[in-house]
Order: sequence, then C-alpha cells, then structure tokens
Amino acid sequence: MQFDPFVIPFEIGLYFILIYVVTRSVIWFRDLSKPDKLRLQRGFFGIAFGLSLKEIFMESLIHRRILKTNLRLGYMHMSLAFGWFLLILFGTVEADIFGAKHLNAPYKAIFFRFFNPDHGRTGFEAIYGFLMDLILAFILSGLLLAIIKRFYSKVVGMKRTTRLKLTDRIALTSLWLIFPSRLLAESFTCGAYGTGSFLTGSIGSWLATFLPAQQMAYPFWWLYSLSLGTFFILLPITRYMHIPAEIFLIFMRNSGIRTGDKAGTYSEVQTYSCSSCGICIDACQLNFSAGITNIQSAYLMKAIRNNDDVSEIAENCLMCGRCDQKCPVGIELSPIRMIQRRGGEAENDIRNIYKGYFRSRQTLIAEKEIIPSNYNFLKENEPGKADIIYFAGCMTHLTPAIKNSMVKILDASGLKYNFIDEQGGVCCGRPLMLAGQDKEARELINFNSQMIWKSGAHTLVTSCPICYKVFKESYYLDVKVLHHTQFIKMLIDDGLVKMNFLHKKVVYHSPCDLGRGSGVYDEPKEVLNHVSRLEKSNFEDKNSLCCGGSLANLKISSQAKRKVAFDAANALTSNNPDILATACPLCKKTFSAVTETKVADISEIVAEALIEKPIKLYSSSYLTSIKELANF
Amino acid sequence: MGKSNMEKFGFTILKGRQIDFDSNDRRIAEYIFEKEPSFRLCIECGGCTATCTTGNFTAFSLRELNILIKRGENDQVRQNLKKCMLCGKCTLVCPRGVNTRNVVVLAKKAFLKSDEYAI
Repeated sequence: MQFDPFVIPFEIGLYFILIYVVTRSVIWFRDLSKPDKLRLQRGFFGIAFGLSLKEIFMESLIHRRILKTNLRLGYMHMSLAFGWFLLILFGTVEADIFGAKHLNAPYKAIFFRFFNPDHGRTGFEAIYGFLMDLILAFILSGLLLAIIKRFYSKVVGMKRTTRLKLTDRIALTSLWLIFPSRLLAESFTCGAYGTGSFLTGSIGSWLATFLPAQQMAYPFWWLYSLSLGTFFILLPITRYMHIPAEIFLIFMRNSGIRTGDKAGTYSEVQTYSCSSCGICIDACQLNFSAGITNIQSAYLMKAIRNNDDVSEIAENCLMCGRCDQKCPVGIELSPIRMIQRRGGEAENDIRNIYKGYFRSRQTLIAEKEIIPSNYNFLKENEPGKADIIYFAGCMTHLTPAIKNSMVKILDASGLKYNFIDEQGGVCCGRPLMLAGQDKEARELINFNSQMIWKSGAHTLVTSCPICYKVFKESYYLDVKVLHHTQFIKMLIDDGLVKMNFLHKKVVYHSPCDLGRGSGVYDEPKEVLNHVSRLEKSNFEDKNSLCCGGSLANLKISSQAKRKVAFDAANALTSNNPDILATACPLCKKTFSAVTETKVADISEIVAEALIEKPIKLYSSSYLTSIKELANF
Repeated sequence: MGKSNMEKFGFTILKGRQIDFDSNDRRIAEYIFEKEPSFRLCIECGGCTATCTTGNFTAFSLRELNILIKRGENDQVRQNLKKCMLCGKCTLVCPRGVNTRNVVVLAKKAFLKSDEYAI
C-alpha cells in the first residue's frame, strides 16, 4: 500500500506552506534596505549563522526564555514546538529505515503507521515505536495544558490569555485536532493489527475490545490529514505565522539589523514573529492596575498584522518598556510602537483574503501630516561659558526642591558650572517625539544644541531622565551627558562633596527612561547606599515599575494614571521605608500624590546629608574624572 | 475718515465683543469633546497658562485657546497651537485632571481634518 487519497489535504497544505514561506522570504529580502541586505548576507556566511542556528534551537524549539519566565507556559510551548519537531525528525528517519524504500515522499513519514501497520512488533522496531509514542505523549501533555489555558489561564501561571479572531480560532482548533486525531488514528490501526507501543498499543487494544478498530481507523486518518492541511493553509494569516517568521527574525537580528524609526521588512518580520504568548499582557501595568486590556503589545502586533487602525492602541501606552524586557521573542516592541505613532491614523484599506496573505507595502504607514509647528518666537541667547552646564528640564522646574538641591550640591562641589535653564528653558523635544512629532522635536533639538554648543561645556548634567534619554540618543552633541545621579556619584568618588550618613530606610524606584530606557541602574543605588540604608524592593532594575505619570501616554485618563501610581507606590513601600527615593521629577510628582511615605529625589536626599561648607575650591582641571570628561 | 479724532484723545474703538454662535465653527470643539471627554472638566483656572514652557518665551495661553476652541473661534487657535511644545507641565498642574496634552494633539488633528474636508 503506497498511496491513499486521504493524504491529499496534507500534501496540498504542505506544498502550499513551503511555497508561501519561500515567496514571503524573497519578498522580505527584496524589501530590505541596501545596507541591511549586505548585513544579512554577511551574517549568513559568517559566525552569525552559527549563533542563529543555536538561537533557533534554544528559542524556537526549546523556548528557553519562556521557560525562564514561566515554567508551565514554557513547557506548553516547548512540548508543542520541540515535540512536533522531534516527531517529524524521528518519523522521517523511521520511514527511511523501516519503510519500503529510502527517500520517501513526506506523507510516508507522517502517516507511517497507516502504510506500515504491521511494523513495530519486536526488537529495535519496538524500541523505536516506544520512542515515537513517548514523543507523542510529550506533545499531548503540552496540548492538554494549552487547552486548559484557553479556558482557565491561571493554571499555567498566566493572569490573562490573548483574545483571538475567527481565523485564529479555526487554526487553533485544527492545531488542537492534529495530535489527538493522530493518537486515535494510530491507536485504531494498532488495535486492529495488535501492534503499537505503550500509548498507541494499549489504547488501541482497549478500543478494539468494543469498537471495530479496522473501520474506525480510516476516518481518523482523514481527520489527521485534514487538520494538518487546514493548519498549514491558515498559518500565514494567523498568529502561527510566528513559526517561520521567528526563524527569519533570528537570522536578521544576529546579522545586526535593527528596527530603526521607519516601517520596513524588519519591523514587519517582528510583528509576524509575535506568537501572542501573552507574557507582555501580564507584564503591563495598564492591564493589572488600570484595567486597560486592549492595548498591550500582543494586541498591537496583531492589529498591525490585520491592517487595522492602530493609532488608538499605539498612543495608549506608558512606554515603560516592561514588555520589551519580558518579550521571549525579543521583539523591539517600543520602537515598533513609536513607528506607529509617527504614522498616525492609517487609511482604512480594503481587506480581503489576498491582502491577508500578501500585505502590500502601501498599507505600511505613510508619513503623518500634521500642522507644522512654529517656534520662531524662540530667541537665540548667549549662555555664559562654563565647563559644566546644568539643564534642569521642564519637569524639574515643576518640582523646585530637586532644582534647589542640585544647586546646593553643585555649589558645595566648588566646580564652575552654569545653570543653563535657570529662568526656564526650552523643552528637550522628547515629549513631542513621544507624540510622534519628530520634525517639530527636531526644531527644539536644534535650538537647544546651539545653546549647549555656545556654552562651550564638556559636560551636561540633567535632572530629568526624559531629557537625559533624548540628549543621549537624539542630540548629536560633543559633550558628555550625565544624569544628576551619575554626576553626584562622580563627585562622591572624587571626594568633592562630603556627606553625613542619614539613618533612614530608603527604597529606590528606578525611573523607566533612566533604567530600562537608558540602562542607568547602578549609579543611583550606589549614591543612595553611600548616604542611607538602601533596601531592596521586589521590583529592581529591569523589573522596575512605572509610576504611571509617563508623558508617553497621550490617552490615559488622570484616574487610570492614579491607579497605576497607587499600585506601584504600594508595591514599593510594602516594607514601610522612611523614604521612597526616585531619580525623576515626574516620578516624584506622581508618587507624592498617592502615598503617605515621603517621596524624594536622590538629589534631595544627598542635599540633606551634605556637609555644607565647600571643603576646598577646586579648579575643574584638577580632578581626575572631570579631567577625563574634558578629554572625552 | 481715517483715524478718528477721538482716538487722538486716547479713546479707542473696540472690536465687537459679541460671540456669534451662528458663524462660529464648533466642530473642532465637538471632535475634542468626543475623543477627550476630560476637556469638558476645564474650569478655566489658568494653571496651565501659568506653568507653560512656551508661555515663558512668548504670548501663549492654553486657557485662552481652550475658551476660543469651545466658542468656535478657531482662527486664532490655529495659529497659536503651533507654538505648543507638548512638554506636559499643564497636564500635571491641572486641578481638574484635564488631559491638556491630548487636547492640543487632538486640536491639531482636528484642524488637519477640517482643512481636508473644507469646500
């Protein structure tokens, strides 16, 4: 018996998906920018290739990162992906060794038991059959978890699971049917012939006791083939596209391709690589504090794939970056969201099946039109010359205690500095960027750059992480940019400021733009350790919370903001610290409104501990690290 | 007549202060109300204007713009909106929790839309 009509659905699906994936890859490659094409080529023939293969094995099959985050969820993903992979691999080998001839058609391996029902009675064949049953049991255990998760997500340690659209449901159902139908088909065949190992054999012989196994097997082989075929054909327009897309993504990432600030192949591959695992949903504070459950990154990715208008979703986000940190696929979620913000409202294009399979370039967002801003009223000014300039930032002007503390510290250090926006400065430009208005932001950036350049400074100190991030990333300045916590750390190390030790219990809240956004985790904590008793919270470093006050969210209501802030403050002050310390004026302002614990910026704590009198007036060229800065 | 003689003596001729709701265009205001309901909460206290970064450099009052948008006197708003830097201080000081930043963004959007559909 070499062929049976029931294999046709499977064959159609298989060849369809193979052709589709190849076509898609060619289109993706064609649409890459020239430098990215070169990067990918170089990556493909270099060491990156090995790294990619390793990563594909560890992430696409084993799902190491999901396992790390959540063991049960990871097991579910691993059993389905790795188990299926093993089943195909060992199935092919089995068909090759034990089949009638070598190099069989793919369906021979998949439906091996049907074509070789007498196989596996003794010796090596039986051991091999045992192995195949073991793999099937492994997959089925994961499938059981998946089914339970769909109806009761807490079982796998997830608070929420993703909502699905219709095609996703059909694909999911066909995926769920694949393995049970294989189990039953094999069991009935084994039951009829008295073969099979511990799983198929025992179920088969039990079923054969009261059912006509021979007749029952055939429909289940059909079901098995049909569900495989359906799954393959629906794969490109459902979330299961992540299976091939992730492989492409891993190669691209290891070749050094990054998202950038325009939509392109890489951002598209990333949106397709999202498996909607839902880890970002559980990480999102808007979900668990404010009850906003439709804007999380998994939904954003899905909406982009479906060509929906995502402007509402894209703008309703704190941009805290918690989901970026948690994403097991390593999708650059925040940059993609920023691209959508720049794009604004998408045109509602006609959606049809073809568009689902081949998303056209035109549906990728165009440049957003907006009433051009006009900052002609800004007059050029002549800042005083100084080596060190201090830029407080808008938010710091709203929390004068921070500003005054910094002035006190700077005065005490004896360094020559210039408080460049003492009379109120121009915004740094990041708030405009976060609203997707880059051109306008550029005007402000140019204005500030000129002012900084004219001051002739080699070091720029700022108190606001929002300013810090934009100074570092979007300004092209020949100065060293420091957040005030880094600067204070330097002053302490150089012995320029002396402090008393405050006998106070302090918990540190890491601001999003400073910590996750710019990678400054240690300096603030070292400064706090120097002047007070720093206690650990449950939300350290990469896992830190957002205060909720973020300027990045245009849509959030003040009530929802308050809820996020309230929960975050409660979580951070669970050990009753004397002070909730932060390094951001905006966090300070947001937290002050919702907690009874004293909220203070690090500069305030340092200023309080400061031994006031300048120890000695230094000239800035005298000091080691300041000197290094001058040479920067 | 040119400049009237009375003006030479320190008298001025004031523009009409009537608000003509028939000729005013409330569509911008309606659009913002729909998308950002908190705009209705504004009590025109002027806190936003007092803290404004742009207001530090030039004549710019968000409070005034809010009033003008609500009245439907859009011409002045259209010109002035361009000056906003979206820094967000106004939202932070607002005692009524109005999402003023979004009001400005929405107003810009609304003007773009009304330009598109203008006859």
